[in-house]
Amino acid sequence: MNIKEVFAEKLSKGERVIIPYITAGFPGLEETIELIRVIENAGCGIAEVGVPFSDPMADGPTIQYSSQKALEKGVTLGKTLALLKKNRAKFHIPLVIMGYYNPFYQFGLEKLAREAKEAGVQGFIIPDLPLEEAGEWVKLCRSHEIDTIFLVSPTTSLERAEKIAKLCTGFLYCVSVTGVTGARKEFPPYLKNYLKNLQKITDLPRAVGFGISSPEHIKMLYPHAEGMVVGSALIEVIRKHPRQPQLGEETAKFLGGLVQAAANR
Amino acid sequence: MKYPDKRGRFGKFGGKFVPETLIPLLEELESAYLAARKDEEFKKELNYYLREYAGRPTPLYFAERISQKIGGAKIYLKREDLLHTGAHKINNTLGQVLLARRMGKKRIIAETGAGQHGVATATVCALLGMECLVYMGEIDIERQKMNVFRMELLGARVVPVSSGSKTLKDAINEAIRDWVTNVKTTHYLIGSVVGPHPYPLLVRDFQAVIGREAKRQILAKEGRLPDYLIACVGGGSNSIGLFYPFRRDRVKIIGVEAGGYGVDTLKHAATLVKGSPGVLHGAFSYLLQDKDGQIIETHSVAPGLDYPGVGPEHSYFKDTRTAEYTAVTDQEAIEAFHTVSEVEGIIPALESAHALAYAMKLSSRLSKDKIIIVNLSGRGDKDLEIVREYVGERE
Ligand SMILES: Cc1ncc(COP(=O)(O)O)c(C=O)c1O
Repeated sequence: MNIKEVFAEKLSKGERVIIPYITAGFPGLEETIELIRVIENAGCGIAEVGVPFSDPMADGPTIQYSSQKALEKGVTLGKTLALLKKNRAKFHIPLVIMGYYNPFYQFGLEKLAREAKEAGVQGFIIPDLPLEEAGEWVKLCRSHEIDTIFLVSPTTSLERAEKIAKLCTGFLYCVSVTGVTGARKEFPPYLKNYLKNLQKITDLPRAVGFGISSPEHIKMLYPHAEGMVVGSALIEVIRKHPRQPQLGEETAKFLGGLVQAAANR
Repeated sequence: MKYPDKRGRFGKFGGKFVPETLIPLLEELESAYLAARKDEEFKKELNYYLREYAGRPTPLYFAERISQKIGGAKIYLKREDLLHTGAHKINNTLGQVLLARRMGKKRIIAETGAGQHGVATATVCALLGMECLVYMGEIDIERQKMNVFRMELLGARVVPVSSGSKTLKDAINEAIRDWVTNVKTTHYLIGSVVGPHPYPLLVRDFQAVIGREAKRQILAKEGRLPDYLIACVGGGSNSIGLFYPFRRDRVKIIGVEAGGYGVDTLKHAATLVKGSPGVLHGAFSYLLQDKDGQIIETHSVAPGLDYPGVGPEHSYFKDTRTAEYTAVTDQEAIEAFHTVSEVEGIIPALESAHALAYAMKLSSRLSKDKIIIVNLSGRGDKDLEIVREYVGERE
């Protein structure tokens, strides 16, 4: 299934798509594969795998921590792709890679698109690559049939959001607040309106991210978006339970709660 | 062709590699700046503060004793160390705080390495009644304690940064994270010609006063342009400030980076000499990175040069051979620090001591009719403890 089909299927059942984020190599590369299987078995639609970077300027302390730990273990983009390629048969949900531009640029954009495709990666999110700088990358992804997922933010004008949506495929990543990633208790009052306005300019599914950390959040967002990205809150669970079998059990329990809320049952 | 272009590019360098949240802010900043640049009122106001408060113009001083001691070219020093707060940084902070005030911002955040930019920012915020928060790496806080105290005296809050290498690069990351969060109220006052467009443009413009004055002064004193311009390069603001007005002249332009323990060791900050192009802090430019594109931790005895990136216009200058870049070691800088203190009665900042070290090396090979201008970007009071504790070459 590709990203578009996942959204179509979940939406047809009146459900929303939960998109968990994990950092590749946190707590270890082996666990990364186990975690993707947990994500799939919990009924989440898409898995987002982060490639660690030394200077993650859009991330709060939690993801900074997981990135730093992964880097200390020697995790690289090359190793992440090799790992996914070797284990791709073990799961079926679409995989999206998230990462900062510099490691991708140094790897070689053409080579990255090719090898990502071979590893079964369906999409990319590059938070420091805004539309102005993304021309070449988008072209490469089109020719390899990889989705280019772009972010819109509460500071983005609708006019600009429309331009972004034109370059975007898969889903539109709607940043919930002005700020960095990190689990939050509350969301700003303008969020609902902002999501509603985005519907006027695109048919892409809207996935909200940054701060989502509980089933209550999912329920609150259910009427306003088609997908929800959960990052820091999941990383916190992993950080608390880094070893098996607790790692599998606790993440499954946490994600299960989110998926249930996303099914509106 | 005028650089940067509309996309903020100097040739292939520069650009805006930042999270989407910041793009509208950068656009707002750019249009506010372009309007201010044309506004006579703004220029008058900035010039007023530069003259009456900061102490411009700074002298172009003929360092006769040093010149004689070396026996080569005539060495002139552009005395940015005489500015209020003791470094060139205030040229930029005055410009940006006045701009931020025009934009209705009430809160200023900044990063600092040596503490010089932090002090200059705290100073101007005190002067103009702005809230001021300065991010500073824990390691830098440790080695520049006096500047931390100065910032606090001036009413700023200094926030220790404990992520990554705990130095300037991480202070910038933290400042960007703050800015992304407090977009409406806050202006991020970058201290060098780095970061996304339009920062490299506006910081360069605010620092170019150094080169404009130097040009006028050398023509008055010598009736001709100099043969060499020399400045140290951290992020690249004091150097671009000196170089920019001379970029089309027949003058040899040399930027001096921090060679640390030597550029063939892993402990240096010679970004243009040893680095390769990539993206850090919002711009495509040379940087020090490993083969996987992770940013490398740098080293320099001069905290203000201890940064793995460099302004995109310098990368452009390097590739177009408008300027040449070299490095001197910690040891050479420390020696120059002592020499200039003893011979001229001027205690230079360790950053500036890098430019001085190279100038003296070069001068010894030149004839007496040659002229060198060195940018003395700051004074060395902040570095006394480092110099006192410096134990010489470690290898
Ligand atoms: C005195 C002095 N010179 C030079 C620098 C290096 O910065 P830049 O290369 O932007 O001039 C600093 C930075 O803190 C400084 O304090």
